[in-house]
Amino acid sequence: MAEKYKRADGRDYDETRKMEAKVGVVKRADGSAIFSFGKSQALACVYGPRQFHPQHLQNPEKGVLRCYYDMTSFSVPERKRPGPNRRASEISFVTSRALETVIPLENYPNSVIDCYILILQADASTRCAGINAAALALASAGIPMKEMVSAVSVGKIGGAIVADISKDEEDYEIVKDGKTIKSATDIPFAILSRSEKISLLQLDGRIKPEDLKEAIAMAKKVCRKINEIQKKALKKIKEE
Amino acid sequence: MEISTIMKKKIEEMVSKEIRLDERGLLEHRKLDITFDVSHNAEGSARVKLGDTEVIAGVKMDLVEPFKDSPDAGVLTVGAELLPLASDRFEMGAPAIQAIELARLIDRGVRNSECIDIKSLCVKEGEKVWSVSIDIYPINDAGSLIDTCFIAAVAALSNAHIPVVKDEKVQYGELSKEKLPMTCIPTTVTIYKVGDKFLIDPLVEEEDASTARLTFTFTLPEEEIHSMQKTGEELSEEEILSMMDIAIKEAKKLAPKVSAFLKK
Repeated sequence: MAEKYKRADGRDYDETRKMEAKVGVVKRADGSAIFSFGKSQALACVYGPRQFHPQHLQNPEKGVLRCYYDMTSFSVPERKRPGPNRRASEISFVTSRALETVIPLENYPNSVIDCYILILQADASTRCAGINAAALALASAGIPMKEMVSAVSVGKIGGAIVADISKDEEDYEIVKDGKTIKSATDIPFAILSRSEKISLLQLDGRIKPEDLKEAIAMAKKVCRKINEIQKKALKKIKEE
Repeated sequence: MEISTIMKKKIEEMVSKEIRLDERGLLEHRKLDITFDVSHNAEGSARVKLGDTEVIAGVKMDLVEPFKDSPDAGVLTVGAELLPLASDRFEMGAPAIQAIELARLIDRGVRNSECIDIKSLCVKEGEKVWSVSIDIYPINDAGSLIDTCFIAAVAALSNAHIPVVKDEKVQYGELSKEKLPMTCIPTTVTIYKVGDKFLIDPLVEEEDASTARLTFTFTLPEEEIHSMQKTGEELSEEEILSMMDIAIKEAKKLAPKVSAFLKK
C-alpha cells in the first residue's frame, strides 16, 4: 500500500463519527436510551426484571437477559421486510452474551430482563450502536452492572486499521486482476469499562494475526471515549 | 437440560490437571473420518465423523438470476439444521438460535475465505449465475459441531461437480466432469475455555462446562483470519491472543488431515 488510506469523510483512523447519547427517551420503559454513530442510530428500551413467562423457562438459580435486535423497514436504502431475520437473530444472541456478563443475574431468580433494540436508521456499525444504547438503557433502568459496556466496530480498509466504519467504508472495493472485490474487514468489539475485557468479538472479512492485535488496541482506546459519552449521558438524567 | 453442577465441577477439576473425559490431550482432535458421495442426487456430499460426532453435508446447484447488487457473482448459501434426531437437546420447529448462529458462522468462514470464487460462477452477467447451496445436517451431536460442520461443508464443496446444462436447463442427475472450482481449503478451529485452560474439540459435557468459546477460520499457509465469533464470558486481550495462537497451531495440524481425505 503505497499511498496512505484516506477516509472518505476525513476522519482520523481512531476517530468515530459524531456520537450522541441520550437516556430516558421512552417514559413507559423501565430504562431507555438512544445512541448514534453519525447516521447509525439505535433506540433501546429495557423492561424488568419481571417474572419470566412461560413459567417453564424460569430458572430458580438466576435471571435471564434477553436482548432483541431489529431494524425498522425504512432504516436501510432498500426496504427491509419488517420483523427479525436470521441476521437479527444472531445479533440478538451475541448482544445478549455481550451484556449479560456484567449483570449479577443470580440476584433475579425466575426473572427476565428484556432489552429491545430498534435501529432507527442504519449506516453500518448498527450492532455496536445497539449495544451502546442497550448498556445505557440497562443502567438507566437501575439494574446493577459490574462495569459499563461500550462497543465499536474496528475495520481494516485500504490497509489501515480504522474505528467506527461507515457503510461506504464497509462496501470499500479494490480492483485486483481486473476484478472489483469487496475488501473491507469488519470487527465488532464490546469492551468492559474497567477490566477492559472483551465481551463481544466477531470478524467478517480477512485479517492477519498481527493486525488483530492492533485492532484490539484501537478498540480499547476508542471504547474509553465512548464510555465517557455514556457516562455523561447517565449523569445528565441524574441532574434532571 | 444442562449437565449438573457436580459434573461441571468435576470436569473443571480434571481439565485443570489436563485430563479429559476420554483421556485425550487438551489440544488433540478426536479421530477424523470423511466419506464422500453419501447422497447421489447431491452435486457434492460428504459425511464427516469427528470421534462420535457425525455430520452430513450436501451441495445443490441451480441456475438463477443474480442479485441486483452483484450481477456478475454466483449465489452462495449455507444452511444448518439441528434436527431432534441428533440430540435430545434439539427440538422440532423453527430454527433455534443455535442453528442460525452455526449456519451464519460457517457461511462467513466459507464466503470470506473465498474458497469458492463466486465470480467464476457467473454464466451471463445480470442474467444467469450458478447458485451453490450447502446444507448441513448433524446426525449425532457428541460435541464440537461448529468445527465438524465446517469440515463437512468444505468436504461437500470439494466433492461437488457442476451439473450438465442442456437448453439452458440444469439436467439434474447428470454431472459434468467439471468440478466446482475451489481456490483454497479454509480451516476452522474453535477454542473452548474451561476453568482457566483452553481446549479444542470438546465433548458435549466439556462444552457445557466451558465458560467461553472463540471460533477462528483461517486460510493456510497465509495464516489469515477470515471469521471470528466469540460467545460466553468476557475474555482479556491476552486470552484472545493466546487462543488465536493455539487456533493457528491446531489449524496447521488439522488442515493436512482434512486435505488428505479431500485428495483421495
